[in-house]
Formats: sequence, structure tokens, C-alpha cells
Amino acid sequence: MTNLIDLTIAEARDKLAAREISATELTGAYLGAIEAANKDINAYVAVTADVAQEQAKASDAKIAAGEARPLEGIPLGIKDLYATKGVHTQACSHILDGFKPEYESTVTQNLFNDGAVMLGKLNMDEFAMGSSNETSYYGPVVNPWRRAGSDVALVPGGSSGGSAAAVAAKLCAAATASDTGGSIRQPAALTGTVGIKPTYGRCSRWGMVAFASSLDQAGPIGRTVRDNAILLQSMASVDAKDTTSVELPVPDYESFVGKSVKGMKIGIPKEYRLDGMPEEIEKLWQQGIAWLKDAGAEIVEISLPHTKYALPAYYIVAPAEASSNLARYDGVRYGLRVPGDDIVEMYENTRAEGFGAEVKRRVMIGTYVLSAGYYDAYYLKAQKVRTLIKQDFDQAWENGVDAILTPTTPDAAFAPGEITDPVTMYLNDIFTVTANMAGVPGMSIPAGVNKEGLPLGLQLIGKPFDEGTLFQLGEVIEQAAGRFNAADWWSK
Amino acid sequence: MSVDLSTVKRVARLARIKVSDAEAETMTGELNAILGFVEQLDEVNIDGVEPLTSVVEQSMKKREDGVSDGGYADKVVVNAPASEDNFFMVPKVVE
Repeated sequence: MTNLIDLTIAEARDKLAAREISATELTGAYLGAIEAANKDINAYVAVTADVAQEQAKASDAKIAAGEARPLEGIPLGIKDLYATKGVHTQACSHILDGFKPEYESTVTQNLFNDGAVMLGKLNMDEFAMGSSNETSYYGPVVNPWRRAGSDVALVPGGSSGGSAAAVAAKLCAAATASDTGGSIRQPAALTGTVGIKPTYGRCSRWGMVAFASSLDQAGPIGRTVRDNAILLQSMASVDAKDTTSVELPVPDYESFVGKSVKGMKIGIPKEYRLDGMPEEIEKLWQQGIAWLKDAGAEIVEISLPHTKYALPAYYIVAPAEASSNLARYDGVRYGLRVPGDDIVEMYENTRAEGFGAEVKRRVMIGTYVLSAGYYDAYYLKAQKVRTLIKQDFDQAWENGVDAILTPTTPDAAFAPGEITDPVTMYLNDIFTVTANMAGVPGMSIPAGVNKEGLPLGLQLIGKPFDEGTLFQLGEVIEQAAGRFNAADWWSK
Repeated sequence: MSVDLSTVKRVARLARIKVSDAEAETMTGELNAILGFVEQLDEVNIDGVEPLTSVVEQSMKKREDGVSDGGYADKVVVNAPASEDNFFMVPKVVE
């Protein structure tokens, strides 16, 4: 018999519908896998076994009654920044100690309405600020992948490091994640998984712990392109509770998987070729180009001239918005409170103890760039540069380009503590941050391994609300590249 | 532009984060590294460019001006570190 945790969402869905397996068995298999592996991987910060078993039982009843919904009985991990009613929700920060919301985020509610099962809450960088999952209050996540012949631990990327590691180690069928500058795509690339950041406004942000409101977007991490399409279908919605939720019907994403890409025009931006980039990344990129060409797509060189300014502009916009969003953590309404002689000292003590070093750094930068006299020099200028970045993409679409192909990251997974300089860490997002700045969708698909056997990803960037095309092209890459599984050392 | 120790302390005060002298010292270096990194933007010609305020062209959604939620003060305060009779409790602010 097949191991239940090896099934993709699409496979599990078929077996559940055919009553070959039950939702209770499937959930039980994942809970067992988590029990065995979480001490090594540290992907889950809270396991909700009781909730999961109850939901699975309800799913079995639905299936028996012939009323199965799209995600009936599919066990998912939920990133800790989604508000889940009565369940641990802290964005992996000390400052939200003990917080259990009285409400459910729109995205998780959508998933539950479609029959999904929640296995627990997933580790992440504190408030989604990080590229290695080292800033979590709950400790770092360990990447299931290791360098060939080595047992040195590697980071899974971040901020959705728990989501990516849980998917790669088969501790959930798929996971929710979120992406402000690359937090879905970079960890997906570093763990051999597939992740998509949809267009800004496609998924409701209601009930997601806010980091940078003009950039944050929900999305899935899964094992295959098809599983991503299935999950995004349920996560996306039009929501009156989020004014930036866009009034557009959600297309049938899965119907794009497997469609021909013949005649599509794929842009290759020359600005994504960096000095000092490993040769393997360039090789992978050329391989991706060859696969799409073989599938009948037309390859064109394009220019996105403001690419190099996306990251510096991001490090003004994101901290500025974060400093404003994180002002709410003051020890009054929820979470940690550290007493002081007066109320201001209470605020200062609470925030000093409750925030980690990276969060403090970004709140400080944000406060500085928004402070009197500096607004025009920093924030306003960054927002103008952002217009130019978006115009670069608009120009490409006007020239008939259907999607853009780039590497996802400048390199493979690294070891914890290997990158200590904040700016060097930020460079991990150099290829992904442009899509956030322009609001366009981006997807990472595993496409190969480096000489040490570590996975590398290719990124597809699409037109606003054209996620369907990304699933279409992503499937071509997945079919050509095959799927990538880490050698199991964690389940013993 | 770069920041000095006293600016870092002032910003920390504005951000309501207590920092020790040693922390402020470390932060000064880190913040200057980040500010140095973003200085690249000075190369970009932004004359006549409008700032991006929304990545999606959509007019602001409006809803009816009416009460759509509420009436559960007990739930609102349930996560508070200190509350009494559905009020948040804070140290005395008025003498």
C-alpha cells in the first residue's frame, strides 16, 4: 500500500472520492509523521491534533453523504500569521504571547468552507521579516534538504520556512504561506517545493497579521503546480472585509494545468543576470528557456531597467509600513506586557522585550524614514521608484510578453549563522521583490539541483490576475524537470 | 545620509522601544549600512514621476455607513494582559 503522506492533493482527492482511503486515516498519517519529525524539523509551533481529527471525521461524513467539497479531508499546515479562531496565532513573535483570536482569517475560513483539515500552525520568521526562518521566537526551522554527504543543517529560507519545510518533509499535504518580498517563492526554491504569490488583491488580507500592507499577499506552498492551482482556487476570493480585495471572479485555475503553451511569448530580462552569480543558476535558467522553447513558446530578450532599484526601494517601503502596522503591539490589548513606571515606559519595555532584533531594526528604519523632514527623501522617492518598476513590467506586457522567466534566488540553501549581515541577507530576495513592488503574480518551480545536490528554483512572473498562465507554464517546467524529494533522515 | 547615536536614541524613543547604550551603538552601525544600501536610489531620475499609491487600478470600495459588527466587548478584551469590566487596564495616565 502507498504511504498516505506521499500523496499529492490531487491524488489524495481521487482516492478519497473513490473511498480507497478515509480522511481520518490520511489525517492520522500526517499527525504521526509530525510527531516523529517535528523535533528535528521544527516546522510546527502548534499541532492541533484534536481539531484535525474532528475535521477529518466531518469530512468522512461529507464524503459518505456524497457531498464532498473541493478540499474535502485534505490536511494542511497553516502559517502562524493567519488568525485561526481559538488557536495559537502569534506570527512567531514573543510580543503576541498567548494570543488566540476570536475570529478566523478569510483565507483559512475559505479553506475550511471547502473541507480542508488544519494540522497545526507553522513556524516562520517573526512577523514574516527574514529570509532564513532564523528570526522566529520559536527557533529556526531545519531544511529537510542537506548537502550531499553532509549532515550539516541548512535553513529552509523564509519567511515561510515552516510552510516550505513541512511540505518538503511531507508533514502536510500543502501549506498556506505569505509573501511580502519573496517569502513564498524563496523558501519554495530552497526546499524543492512549488509556491505562488498571486496578484496583490487576489486573496483577502483580512485576519492575516500585517507586515507591509501594500505588499503582503497570501498564497500556497505545495508539492506540485497542480496542487498550487487547487489550493489557490480555494484561498482566493472577493472579500468585503478587505478594501484592497479586487472585485474579479476567481477563475478555474486547475483547468490551466496541462494546457499547451504553444505560441506564448516568454520574456527573459537581462537585468536578472548578476555578476558573481553561480554558474549553476545561469545553467538552470538556460535549461528553463530550452524547456519552454521545446514546448512551443517563443523566447524574447526584454529589459526591466529599474530591477536593481527594487530591493533598496523595498527596504524603505516595507519597514515604513511595518513601523506603522506594528505600532499596535503596545502591551495593552493583547499579548505580552512588561510593566514600567508609567505608560510610556510600559510600552517601551514591552516592545524591547517582545520584538526580536530584526523586527526592531525594521521598525527603527521605518520610523526614521517616516520621521519629520525625511519623508520626501525616502518614502516618497521609493514610491516614485516603485512606479518606474511597475512601468517596466507594463512595457513588457504591452510588447506582447505573456510571462517572464527568471531564477528564483541567486543561490541555494545556506547554513544557519552563515549570513549575519542584514544587507547580505536581504539580497536573497533580489529576484522576487520586484513582483511585490509591482503587485504582479510570481511562482517558483523547482527545476534542478546544484553540484551539492541542493534544489534550485525558476521563477515565472505574470500579468496582473493572470495566474492561470503561470500554472500553464509552470506545469511545462515541472513535467520537464521532474519532482524533487529530499532524502528522508527525519522520519526515523 | 547617515544617523548618529543620538538620532538612533531619538528614533527608538519615537518607536517606543527601550534600547541600552550598547544596543543603540550596534543599531547605529546596522541602520547606517541599510541607509547606505538604499542610497542607490539617488541614481534614479524621478522628475515628473508620480508615486505609486496602488498596484491595482481600482476605485476605492465603499460600503453602506451602518453598523455591521460588534456587540461583544467581552470578546474584544479576552486577550488583554489586564482588563476589568470589559475595559483595558493601563498604568495611570492622568494625575
